[in-house]
Amino acid sequence: MSAHPDQAPVAPVAGPLAARPDTVLEIRDLSVVYRTPGGDVRAVDKVNIDLAAGEVIGLAGESGSGKSTLVYGASRLLRAPALITSGSVRYAGRRVTEPVDVLTMKPDELRRLRWREIAIVFQSAMNALNPVLNVRDQLIDVMHAHLRIGRDEARERAASLLDLVGISRERLRSYPHELSGGMRQRVMIAMALATDPEIVIMDEPTTALDVVVQRDILAQIVELKERLGFSILFITHDLSLLLELADRIAVMYAGQLLEIGTAEEIHREPSHPYTKGLLNSFPSLRGPRRELAGIPGSPPDLRDPPPGCPFLPRCGYGTAACREVDMDLLPVTSSQDPSHVTACPFVLPQTPALPGIPEPAMPQAQQETEPETAEELGA
Amino acid sequence: MSEQTQALTSAAAARGPLAMAAVSVSKDFRIGRHQTLHAVRDVSFNLYRGAVVALVGESGSGKSTAARLLAGQERLTSGVIQLDGKRVEVAGRGDFRRYKSQVQMVFQDPFSSLNPVHTVRYHLQRPVKLHQGKDVHVDTEVAALMEQVRLTPAKQFLAKYPHELSGGQRQRVSFARALAAKPSVLLADEPVSMLDVSIRLEMLSLLDDLRQRFKLALLYITHDIASARYFADEVLVMYAGEIVERGPAEEVTQQPAHPYTQLLVASAPDPDNLGSTLRSTTHRTGARDTSGRQASGGAQKTGDAAAAGCPFSPRCPLADDHCFAEDPALIQISATRGAACWHLDQAAPELIGRQPDNGHTNLTASSHNENLN
Repeated sequence: MSAHPDQAPVAPVAGPLAARPDTVLEIRDLSVVYRTPGGDVRAVDKVNIDLAAGEVIGLAGESGSGKSTLVYGASRLLRAPALITSGSVRYAGRRVTEPVDVLTMKPDELRRLRWREIAIVFQSAMNALNPVLNVRDQLIDVMHAHLRIGRDEARERAASLLDLVGISRERLRSYPHELSGGMRQRVMIAMALATDPEIVIMDEPTTALDVVVQRDILAQIVELKERLGFSILFITHDLSLLLELADRIAVMYAGQLLEIGTAEEIHREPSHPYTKGLLNSFPSLRGPRRELAGIPGSPPDLRDPPPGCPFLPRCGYGTAACREVDMDLLPVTSSQDPSHVTACPFVLPQTPALPGIPEPAMPQAQQETEPETAEELGA
Repeated sequence: MSEQTQALTSAAAARGPLAMAAVSVSKDFRIGRHQTLHAVRDVSFNLYRGAVVALVGESGSGKSTAARLLAGQERLTSGVIQLDGKRVEVAGRGDFRRYKSQVQMVFQDPFSSLNPVHTVRYHLQRPVKLHQGKDVHVDTEVAALMEQVRLTPAKQFLAKYPHELSGGQRQRVSFARALAAKPSVLLADEPVSMLDVSIRLEMLSLLDDLRQRFKLALLYITHDIASARYFADEVLVMYAGEIVERGPAEEVTQQPAHPYTQLLVASAPDPDNLGSTLRSTTHRTGARDTSGRQASGGAQKTGDAAAAGCPFSPRCPLADDHCFAEDPALIQISATRGAACWHLDQAAPELIGRQPDNGHTNLTASSHNENLN
């Protein structure tokens, strides 16, 4: 990416996509709230992100960070009380001549977009598959709904889709309950690919599976992606998995993106304290044993988010200045890669980690950045 | 088999006295007219006060069934469970309650293991009254429990219902409920799997803190072998109802001997391995045909009655006729390590070659084993 999301001006809807010529999905300034009696919950707050053709973007964050809401909002899958309050989502694929604005689409336009252009693999394959239809009927159902295709051709294609995801054709007549968890998830992937979509959204597709099966399925996904050339938005809370799988990783917290960078950059030079915390949260199987710190505390109440950085109460580097910081993603100053952006202007990859677990709700002053604010904060 | 395992010293033994022992424990389930599922097969291990033993395996490997057997929630098909050196025999309700006040369990899902119509206070008062007798001050005990699991201020949480708590807070209530009985053994069945990554570590360190404070003998069941590396003293790897490898946590995870353990370790996400098998830049053709040495994915055989051979043999790259015909017992690799494989000389040559002074090479150990059977 030559220009990073914030510097790119929000282009008029009819113009070409700003950031990069092969961008297939451009999310600008997207905000989603949940209307509740207790006030609006700001689930997604002014998020900018681009997905390029053939790219794998990993969205990482805890439950409630808004990662699913962001993606479902961008594909217009949310219902009330969810409400998109601002932003634009533009889609440009092989089959689309002009970029289209997803958020202003009419129902019949949306219907042509869904599945044909943007398909989704849901987390819980048991709930997402219809228990009273066999695998073949479900696959054919999708094709009839979204493609102009004859009966025999659809049957043949259903069989070849199962080949594609590594399930034997004998399983065409199986019902979901007759399949193992891994096979169900493969069927879900086959269904998503039935219409040759441009973008496949994967919402925690392997979370319920064993590590061995998970690895098989991820390998399958990557292989299919290479072969068919679709882009992937991969949602998970498991950052370790994204480091291996994704081209770029976007870290989300309290409805905002805190850091975006290539997997290498995020792994080697995580800049935002939250990313550092996430990386220091899971035990590694290889390499020397290291001290794990985790992230004490819990996310803020999004009905009334505190001003400034949402991570401040849990941050080991926090200063008084953090209450006024605006959450724009800016390039990491020490990084060679301009696409590596962070929302924290104070902490750099080199900033040393504080020893031990910092006390929650008692942020310690960071010596290098704002030494004079330490007293203010303590008072 | 039993002689073999007794020759093996648990890596957890140094931590404290023996609290609980499972000796050749088996559990069969009838799943049809003439079908039996051998959920747990001839499993032996010890739990020591103040030590963590991790039971690692994929779903369906029998690790939860093993825990339920120890918890007295399932009847043994064969074998013996000992508590403080005495055979456990639960004859009536009184026995069961006394047993439960020593052996407590924490479940995976904090959303379904708490009663939605009762407050936190109720969840904790009940076990305190039941297990600690009439002469304790219930409210003081409950407050102390809340402090132990760091749910403070206690007053604020005691009146809450489960749906008002986050996943981590609910799991803390589950821990407090288990501690209310003042147990010596805590069986934790995937205690952090349902929680967010950022909270998991906090919960594990809480569990570790409780273990130290109360000298708990902890059985930690997980499918995440990486967390077992950090958290446990000894790791037992289960596959299709059998323990296929056991040993000190660091050794088992860093130098796995059994082909299944090797597959488990290789499958775990590895952030340090950027540009690995999964990255799109490299060409990759699925786990099963990368090389001959890589064990394949696929379903485990959950052992019907006819299964005679090694349970892992259908997926094992080293399997031969011997493996299909005969199930290997645990073969001792070192004083604290063992693995059940006929081909350890191929699977882990560096481990076998390491102690020629033992007198037992791989081959003699296994033939010795055959004689025992």
